[in-house]
Amino acid sequence: MNATPANHDVQLGMPALPAPDYPADVRARLAADAKEVIARYPDSRSALLPLLHLVQAEEGHVTRTGIRFCAELLDLTTAEVTAVSTFYSMYRRKAGGDYQVGVCTNTLCAVMGGDAIFEELKEHLGVGNGETTEDGTVTLEHIECNAACDFAPVVMVNWEFFDNQTPRSARQLVDDLRAGRTVEPTRGAPLCTFKETARMLAGFPDERPGAVEATGGAGPASLIGLRLARGEGAPGRGADHVIAPRTTADGPTEEPPSGHPSGQAPPGHPSSHDAPHETSASDKQHPAGPSAEEGE
Amino acid sequence: MTVAAEYGGAPRPETGGESSPEKLLVPVLSAFWDQPESWTLETYRRHEGYEGLRKALAMPPDDVIAYVKDAGLRGRGGAGFPTGMKWQFIPQGDGKPHYLVVNADESEPGTCKDIPLLFANPHSLIEGIVIACHAIRSNHAFIYLRGEVVPVLRRLHEAVREAYAAGYLGKNILGSGLDLDVIVHAGAGAYICGEETALLDSLEGRRGQPRLRPPFPAVAGLYACPTVVNNVESIASVPAIMNKGKDWFRSMGSEKSPGFTLYSLSGHVTNPGQYEAPLGITLRQLLDMSGGIRRGHRLKFWTPGGSSTPMFTDEHLDVPLDYEGVGAAGSMLGTKALQCFDETTCVVRAVTRWTEFYAHESCGKCTPCREGTYWLVQLLRDIEAGKGRMDDLDKIDDIADNINGKSFCALGDGAASPIFSSLKYFREEYEQHITGKGCPFDPAKSTLWADNDAHLGVNA
Repeated sequence: MNATPANHDVQLGMPALPAPDYPADVRARLAADAKEVIARYPDSRSALLPLLHLVQAEEGHVTRTGIRFCAELLDLTTAEVTAVSTFYSMYRRKAGGDYQVGVCTNTLCAVMGGDAIFEELKEHLGVGNGETTEDGTVTLEHIECNAACDFAPVVMVNWEFFDNQTPRSARQLVDDLRAGRTVEPTRGAPLCTFKETARMLAGFPDERPGAVEATGGAGPASLIGLRLARGEGAPGRGADHVIAPRTTADGPTEEPPSGHPSGQAPPGHPSSHDAPHETSASDKQHPAGPSAEEGE
Repeated sequence: MTVAAEYGGAPRPETGGESSPEKLLVPVLSAFWDQPESWTLETYRRHEGYEGLRKALAMPPDDVIAYVKDAGLRGRGGAGFPTGMKWQFIPQGDGKPHYLVVNADESEPGTCKDIPLLFANPHSLIEGIVIACHAIRSNHAFIYLRGEVVPVLRRLHEAVREAYAAGYLGKNILGSGLDLDVIVHAGAGAYICGEETALLDSLEGRRGQPRLRPPFPAVAGLYACPTVVNNVESIASVPAIMNKGKDWFRSMGSEKSPGFTLYSLSGHVTNPGQYEAPLGITLRQLLDMSGGIRRGHRLKFWTPGGSSTPMFTDEHLDVPLDYEGVGAAGSMLGTKALQCFDETTCVVRAVTRWTEFYAHESCGKCTPCREGTYWLVQLLRDIEAGKGRMDDLDKIDDIADNINGKSFCALGDGAASPIFSSLKYFREEYEQHITGKGCPFDPAKSTLWADNDAHLGVNA
């Protein structure tokens, strides 16, 4: 283990000045929204997660101003709000792109190709995990299991499902996003921006016509058992599977692998792109705590 | 390739007999997922939607609890605790508000049943919520949905809106005198919030960290009031029980594990997806009817209920997938997330990745879990990369033993499961990584497109 390096950004002596408030018109608008959210709950503090989504909808990430706003509305300290906002991975601590592209690299998706997709996108976009392309369009990150394992490998864009991806389809996806072309998920509504998505998460329904019904009912994998139960096929007993396999394995199937021909070890740690998330203590670039722009 | 070989090389049972999907599968929750606009109130009503609610509202609350208890419904979120009993624990006449909190934070790796259920048929959950709230005398229910599934959030918002408009929610529901408000609450990305007490803390606007029990949520849950926390599938199964009867429900599954449930098949199988069947079906039957392991490959290992349940191998194809059957075979039914991996998959890679997940998601409250998962990751990364030592295998076993059962919640136990079970069945493979100074597997062969690279131009 490395010794913890001295963090020069932490200034123990002088507390930071309070974050600036929102401009009056923004604050009035957000306060009206916040009031509506708070009224839903028997205890106001329950509105904190939605309110953090709400301030993220305003600025694209959770700023000190957003934290101050939540604290004031819920009668909490900024420390209490900061503690919560840094616990949850959906709250961004720095500015990001309009489209958050999340590649599932939990075991099943990783094995099915998520690792290859993530590597492809890192190289293609020239960014690492949690980084944003120079044009401010795409923030790339790897994500944990998103409850769509029967559609593996899965990519999420602004938390809409893009199922059964390949490196090529994912590359096309980010190219389309960057070019401003219309991109539609496999399951979900036509993409809106990260900020607009955050507003839905705050509890404000998607008002766009057609958004609820977009992409129809259950995805194909969700229906397989139902179709079999209806007798729409008697697979498993012969060469013909009435429900087509996902990949058209017409070519000769390969023999099971017998290992690396050369027996070479892959470089580095093959599974190790899941570096520990930076904490507010270690993330010098983006302090969430008492040392920030005014204090510097 | 013979069929038998596709199912793992194990011989098919002589009598294991019936593999006709029409007889083995029982779509209930999924029965009309393929209908147009299956998520709407109109479609739901056309399929006997809200009929169970009418029957339940005609019964005194305690009778509803007794009925669900007699039906034998067990929690579908992993632990299998009897749902009716959970409801019965709520103290009555205590003068405090009671709450129902639906756990829709589906995040266990491999688990993918509640999200498609809510996407295609959200009203089954809403109807179940109204019945449950009638039973436990609650006027407030929350659906805690993980934040990362916006398509489902959209449909839940819409379903709740429709239900209010139709009088299934709100004041004096169907003239019964029951008032009920349902709040859809989106989480913000934390696996630990699927743990019921962490979920309650999160719903109270705090960091999602588990609470020490007792007191249990039934006594001091949300806002320190009596609270029932149930999984989506558990609650969504209640309307069918009320509508079609407990005897119908008990006619499926076994004495101790009655009823139907969603099995989620994923990984290296020909047809991954949702299969709704009586409890007790086997993986062999599911593979047999669905086209088996992907063509030309053999089953190597699988999880019966997500990554936190000890893994199985092709020896376990005939284990009845119910609470008792899986338990007797040394694992847990969990969420019935059947993640299947074929012989191209490196078990060390799989376990390392799961362990990284647990380390990432450990909330940090309990030292054994927080520190233990961290050190497991360090050791496993070295082993996978060929930099491990033989005594590291005993060390990871020892660390896992020091996490298991020694923290507040089950996340730590879940982290230990893949370590213990993979060492039990695949210790040789770990040793190969160490003696061979590297991973003997080619990850490219495990991918979805491995056998037809040319078609997809993956390497282009």
